[in-house]
Amino acid sequence: MLLLQEAAHGAAAALGEGNGFTPVLPWLIVGLPLLGFVLNGLLSVLAARRALPALPPVGDPYYDHAHDGHGHAAAAAPVRAPALAAVGAAGASEQEAHDHGTDAHPVDAAAARHDAHETAGHDAVHAQDAHDDHGHDAHAHAPAGPKPFTHTLPSLIAPGVLIASFVVAVRNFVAMSNAGEEARLAIAHGWSWIPVGNLQIEAALQLDPLSILMTLIVTGVGSLIHIFSIGYMKEDPGYPRYMAYLNLFVFFMLMLVLGSSYPVMFVGWEGVGLCSYLLIGFWFGEKANADAGKKAFIVNRIGDFGFLIAMMLLFWNVGALDFATVNERLLAGQAGLFGGALITAIALFFFLGAAGKSAQLPLYVWLPDAMAGPTPVSALIHAATMVTAGVYLVARSSVIYTLAPTASLVVALVGALTAIFAASIGLKQWDIKKVLAYSTVSQLGFMFAAVGMGAYVAGVFHLMTHAFFKACLFLGSGAVIHAMHAALHSTHNPADAQDMRNMGGLRKYLPITFVTMGISTLAIAGVPPFAGFFSKDEIIGAAWLGAEGHSHLSGAALFGVPGRVWMGVIGVILSVAAFMTAFYMGRMMIYTFFGQNRTGDEERGHLRETDWTLKLPLVVLGLLAVVGGLVNVEEHVPIVSAFDFGQDEALHRWLHPVLAGSDDVIAQNVGALPEPAHAAWPIILAVVIGVGGLATAWAMLSKRRLATADQQPAYESGIEKTLYNKYYVDEFYDRAVVKPVGGLSRLFARFDMGVLDWVVDLFGRLAQLFGVAFGRLQTGQVNTYAFVLIVGVLIVLGSFVAL
Amino acid sequence: MQFYQSHWILTFLIFFPLVGALAAYLAGEGNARGVALGVGVIEFLVSLPLFWTFQPGVRCDVFRTGPAFQNCVSADWIGEWGIRYQLGLDGISLFMVLLTTLLLPLMVLGSWTYIRDRRRGFYASLLALTAGVVGVFVALDMFLFYVFWEVMLIPMYFMIGIWGGKERVYAAVKFFLFTTVGSLLMLVAILWLFWHWTAATGHPSFSYFDFISMPLTARQQYFLFLAFALAFAIKVPVFPFHTWLPHAHVQAPTAGSVVLAGVLLKMGTYGFIRFALALFPYAARGFPHHLHPPRIVTAALVLGVIGIIYTAMVAAVQSNAKKLVAYTSVAHLGFVILGIFAFNLQGMQGALLVMIGHGLSTPMLFFLLGMLYERRHSYEIDDFGGLSASIPVFSAMLVFAGMASVGLPTTVGFVSEFLVLMGTFQQHPWFALIAATGVIFAAYYMLPIVQKVVFNALKRTENRMIPDLNGRELAILVPLVALILWMGLYPRPVLDRMAPAAQDALTAVAADRLAPDAPAPTRGGAGQPGGVALGGGR
Repeated sequence: MLLLQEAAHGAAAALGEGNGFTPVLPWLIVGLPLLGFVLNGLLSVLAARRALPALPPVGDPYYDHAHDGHGHAAAAAPVRAPALAAVGAAGASEQEAHDHGTDAHPVDAAAARHDAHETAGHDAVHAQDAHDDHGHDAHAHAPAGPKPFTHTLPSLIAPGVLIASFVVAVRNFVAMSNAGEEARLAIAHGWSWIPVGNLQIEAALQLDPLSILMTLIVTGVGSLIHIFSIGYMKEDPGYPRYMAYLNLFVFFMLMLVLGSSYPVMFVGWEGVGLCSYLLIGFWFGEKANADAGKKAFIVNRIGDFGFLIAMMLLFWNVGALDFATVNERLLAGQAGLFGGALITAIALFFFLGAAGKSAQLPLYVWLPDAMAGPTPVSALIHAATMVTAGVYLVARSSVIYTLAPTASLVVALVGALTAIFAASIGLKQWDIKKVLAYSTVSQLGFMFAAVGMGAYVAGVFHLMTHAFFKACLFLGSGAVIHAMHAALHSTHNPADAQDMRNMGGLRKYLPITFVTMGISTLAIAGVPPFAGFFSKDEIIGAAWLGAEGHSHLSGAALFGVPGRVWMGVIGVILSVAAFMTAFYMGRMMIYTFFGQNRTGDEERGHLRETDWTLKLPLVVLGLLAVVGGLVNVEEHVPIVSAFDFGQDEALHRWLHPVLAGSDDVIAQNVGALPEPAHAAWPIILAVVIGVGGLATAWAMLSKRRLATADQQPAYESGIEKTLYNKYYVDEFYDRAVVKPVGGLSRLFARFDMGVLDWVVDLFGRLAQLFGVAFGRLQTGQVNTYAFVLIVGVLIVLGSFVAL
Repeated sequence: MQFYQSHWILTFLIFFPLVGALAAYLAGEGNARGVALGVGVIEFLVSLPLFWTFQPGVRCDVFRTGPAFQNCVSADWIGEWGIRYQLGLDGISLFMVLLTTLLLPLMVLGSWTYIRDRRRGFYASLLALTAGVVGVFVALDMFLFYVFWEVMLIPMYFMIGIWGGKERVYAAVKFFLFTTVGSLLMLVAILWLFWHWTAATGHPSFSYFDFISMPLTARQQYFLFLAFALAFAIKVPVFPFHTWLPHAHVQAPTAGSVVLAGVLLKMGTYGFIRFALALFPYAARGFPHHLHPPRIVTAALVLGVIGIIYTAMVAAVQSNAKKLVAYTSVAHLGFVILGIFAFNLQGMQGALLVMIGHGLSTPMLFFLLGMLYERRHSYEIDDFGGLSASIPVFSAMLVFAGMASVGLPTTVGFVSEFLVLMGTFQQHPWFALIAATGVIFAAYYMLPIVQKVVFNALKRTENRMIPDLNGRELAILVPLVALILWMGLYPRPVLDRMAPAAQDALTAVAADRLAPDAPAPTRGGAGQPGGVALGGGR
C-alpha cells in the first residue's frame, strides 16, 4: 500500500507540482456522522429516561410480590402495588402509544391515565390506539406545548454533521480533480487493526475516484434526506433515537465505501445491516415491523456468509485483503488465474454477499418488507445507498470479475432476471411504497446486469442517477403519506394512508410533490433527456453490443451457451423490464395524482404540503433527476451525443483509473475487441420503450375509475393474483426453509434434553447403585453437601498418598 | 515494580481472595457484600498493572525450556512426591487471569441485591472460587493444577446448590458429577505420567516442564490425550458432553452464571491448549497411523462444528432466556475448538480472543438477564416484550450485548471469529465453510430473543412498572461495553501480548516427542527425536 502510494506520489511529482492529491481530513468524513450518532444517542437516552415514571429502586421488597423463591419481605407489596400500577400503566402506555407511531393527544393520555385506575386500563388504551392506525407509516402530530431540548437539538445536529461531512467530501473531490489521473489515489492510514502473523489488516480509508463518488452520493443525498426527516419525524416521540440511528447508518455506509480493504468494508457492510435492522423496526411496538427488521438482518447475514468465505479464499490464495495489494497481485498472476475455478469461486461468493445486501434473486425478499420503516429510511437506506453496496462491491472488485467471465455472466443474468421479476410484481401492487420497493429491486437488477457484463461505469452511473430519482420518489411518497395521514387523521378515518386506491387527484393538493415525482418518473422510465434515460440506455446498449461480439464476455460461456447469446437474452429481458418499469411508474402516478380524489369529502380539505423541510429536498433531488444524466453522455452513440454539453463521458474518464486493472485483464487475456459501430436503433428502441410504457399506462388506466381500498374487490384469480401475491415466494420460503429449520431446531432441542441428557441421568442413576447417597444429597442441608464433598476430596487426596 | 516481576503477584492473586473469603464470612450478613466488593476491587486493581508489566515473549530464569513464562516460581511443596508450588504467567494465562479479576467485582455488584439470604456464605464462596480459578490458570505443576481444578468445584457447587433456582440441587449435583467424572480420568492420566516419569528418571515429579519433555509412544499419547480431553471437553463443554450446562446456568444465580460462562468454561479450552496439545502433540495432530481413525483432529473439528450449528439451533427454540444463552455458549466455544485444532497462528489467536470476547459478552447477557429477573422474577422470554418503551437503557444494553454475541464488526466477537475462520480455512476449508454458516445461525437465535424481550408491543402490565437501570447496574455494564468495543476496534495490544504464547503452543504441538513403540522404556530421559521411523509400524 505504501509503495503504491509512493508510486502515486512519484507519478504526481512527474506531472509537476500541484498535481498530487493529498486527502483533506479524510477521517472527518466518517467521524462527523459518528459524532452525530454519539450526541443524538445521548439525547435519545435522556429523552427516554425523562419519560419514565418514578419507581422504587431495584431490590426494594416491592418487587418481591410475585416472587415465590425465597418468599419473604412481600408484606409491603399489597399496599404499594395498586398505586404503582396506576402510575406505571399510564406512564408506560403513553410511551407506547408514541412508539407505536400513533399519536397520543393530551386527551388520549388523560383517558389512559384515567383508565389505568381500572383493571382494564391497558386494553382501553389499545382500543384507542387501534382506531388511529391509518397505515404502516403513520406518525404523530404535535402535542401541545414547547418541545424539550432533546427533541430540538437533533434537528440541528443530525443534518449538521452530514452537511459538514459533505463539505469535506467535496473539498476532497476538488483536490482529487485537480490532481493528475495517476495520482487520484490516497490511503488515509489509521491503525493496525487485526495483526496476526501474515494476516495484517489495517484500519484505513481509500480515497479514489470510485469511493469519492460514492461518498458524495451518500453524504449529499444523505444530507437532503436528513433535512426531510426533520419535517417528517420531528413529532415522533422517538425522534432523537431516529436521528441517532440515521447518523450511525451514514457512518457505517461511509466506512463501507471508503474502507481500503475488504475487512474494513465488511465493518461497514454489517454495520449498515444493523442500522437497517434498527430502523426498519423503528416503530417496534408493532410486531410486523420488528419481524421485518429481523428478516432483513437474517437474510443479509446469508449474504455476509458469502462475503466471509470470499475473503478467506482471497487471503489464502492472494495473501492480502486490501484492494491495492489484491489488485496488484491478481494482475501479476492473471495468466494463471483467468477463468479459473478459484477466481470464479471468489467472484461468486462475493456475489452472494452482494445479492444479500442488494436484494437480488433469491435473497431479495427482505427489501419489500423493509418498507415497514419510516419512509425517509426507505429513501436513504433501501433505495439510494445501502442496497447499492452490492453494486459497489462488484465494481470495486472489477479485476476479480473481469478475471472470471463465467461468474460475471452469472451476475449479469441474475441481475436481468431480478429486474424483470421484480418489475412484474410492481405492476400489481396497491401500496405506494411497495411499488417503489419492487421498483428498487428491479433497478438494482439493472445495475447488476451492467456490472456483470463488465459495463462497470454504466452500473455505477445508474447507481448514481437512481439515487437521485428513487430518493426523490421515496421522499415524494413520504410527502404523500404524510399528507394522507394528516387528512385521514382529521376525521379518525381508519383507511390505509399508503394505499393508492385511497388517493387520486393529489396533483391539485400537492403540486410540488407532483412535479418532482413526475420528473423522477420520467427519469426512471427512461424518457430523454432525464437522468435515467442515459444510464439505463447505457446498460441495455452494453447488452446489445455484447450480443454483437464487442464485449470481453462475448466469447465466454455459461452452461455451454456462449456469452454473446446470453447477452442478447439479457438485452431482451432488460428491454421488457424497462417497458414494465415505465408502465408501473405511470400506473403509480396516475392512481396517485390523476383522476378523481378518493380520500373522502371531509378529509380532502386537509391534504396539503406543509413544512419547507419536506419540500426543499424534493426540489433538489428533482433537479438532479433532470440533469444528473448529463455527466456521462456517450460520445459516439447516435442521438445521445446530441446532448453533449462538453461533458461527454465525464464519468467514464473519472472512473478510468479505478478500472484500469480490469482493462488490463481484457487486453492481456481476451485481446483487442472489435470497435463497435454504434447504430441508432437501440436508442430509438429505448425511447419507444420508455415513452411507450408510460403511454400504454395512460391509455389503459387514466380513464379507469377506482374504488377505495375497502370497496375494491381482491384479485380473484390468475396472473393478477399471482403477481399481487408476489409469486408466493415468501410462502415458498416459509415452507421450504423457515419451517423446516424451525422443525429441525425443535427436534434437536428435544433430542438434547430428551435423549442426550437422559443418557447422562442414566449414568447418574447407575452411580446411585454404587452407593452415592443421592437421596441424602437432596435433603437440602448444606452440611450434608459439605460433608460429602469433604469426604470426596479426602478420598481423592488419600488416593494420592496411597499411591 | 519488583512485585510485578516476581511470582508474588500471582501468589497474591490466588491467596488474597481466600483471605477475603474468610473476611467476608466473618464480617456477617450485613457487611459481607461490602467486604467482598472491597476485596474484588483490590484484587482487580492489583492485577491490572500486569497488562503493562507483562513483556510478551520474555522467559523467566526458573524454567529454561518449553514455553516462555514469566513471574515464575518453583518451590518444594511435598518434596517426597516431587510436588512443587510452581506458577508462571504467559500471554494466554495473563488474559484469563485479568478476565477473572475483572469479573470478580462486577459479580459482587451483580449480586448486590440479587442475593438476599446467607450473604456471607455466598460471597465467601465467590471469593474462594476466584482463588481457585486464578490458580488453575497459573499452575504449572500438574498436581497443583489438579488441586485448583477440583477445589474450585466446591464453591461453584455451593453457589448453584444453595442460591440457585427451584431445581438447584439437581443441577448442582449434575454439574458436580459430570465434572468430577471427567476429572478423575485426567487424574489417572496425570498419575500415569508421574509414574512413567519417575520410573524413567528416578526423580519423582509432577512438573509440567518435565512432562512435556517426556517421549511417549503413539499409543500412549493417544489414550492419555483422550483421558485429558474428556475432562476438558466436559468443562468446555463440547457436544455431546454439554447437557449439564443448561441446567447449571438456568439454576445458578447471576454471579454463578457469569463466572461459569465467563471463566469456568475457558478452563476447558485452556486445558486443551496448555496440556492436552502440549503433552501429547503427536496424538493431538491426529496421526496414529497404526491405531486407525478416529483421528483426533477430525473428531475435534466435527464436534466443534456440531457445537456451532446444532447448539445454535437448539438455542433458537428455547423459551427460557438463560437456557438460550447457555446454549449459545456451547456454540461460541465450538469456535474455540475449531481455532485450536486449526494449528496455525490465526486459529490459535482467534481461539484465545474468542475466549476473552465470550468472557465479556456472555457475562454481559447474564448480568442483564439477572437484572431483569430482579425486576420480574422470570427468565421466560414470553413474559416480556416491548421493554424498549418501559426500560430503554436496559433495552439498548441488551441489543448491544446481543449484537456482541452475534459477532457484529466493531465488537471483539467479530475479530475473534473472523480469525478462527481464517485459520481454520487454511487447514480445513470445508469445516470453515460449514462453521461460517454459524454467522447466520447466530442471528437466527439472537434476534428473536432480542425482539421478544425488548421489541414488540408492551402488553403486560407488570412490564410497565419496572424501573430502568440504576447507577450500580450501569457500573457493571459500562466497563463490559467499553472492553467489547475496544477489543473490536483495536485488539492489537491484546493480540501482540498473546502472540508469543500462541506461537509457543503451536511449537509445542508441532513437536513429535515420540518414543519407540516397543515395550515401555526402562530408562527414558532425553528425547528420542528419531521416533518418526516407527511410522510404518503395525
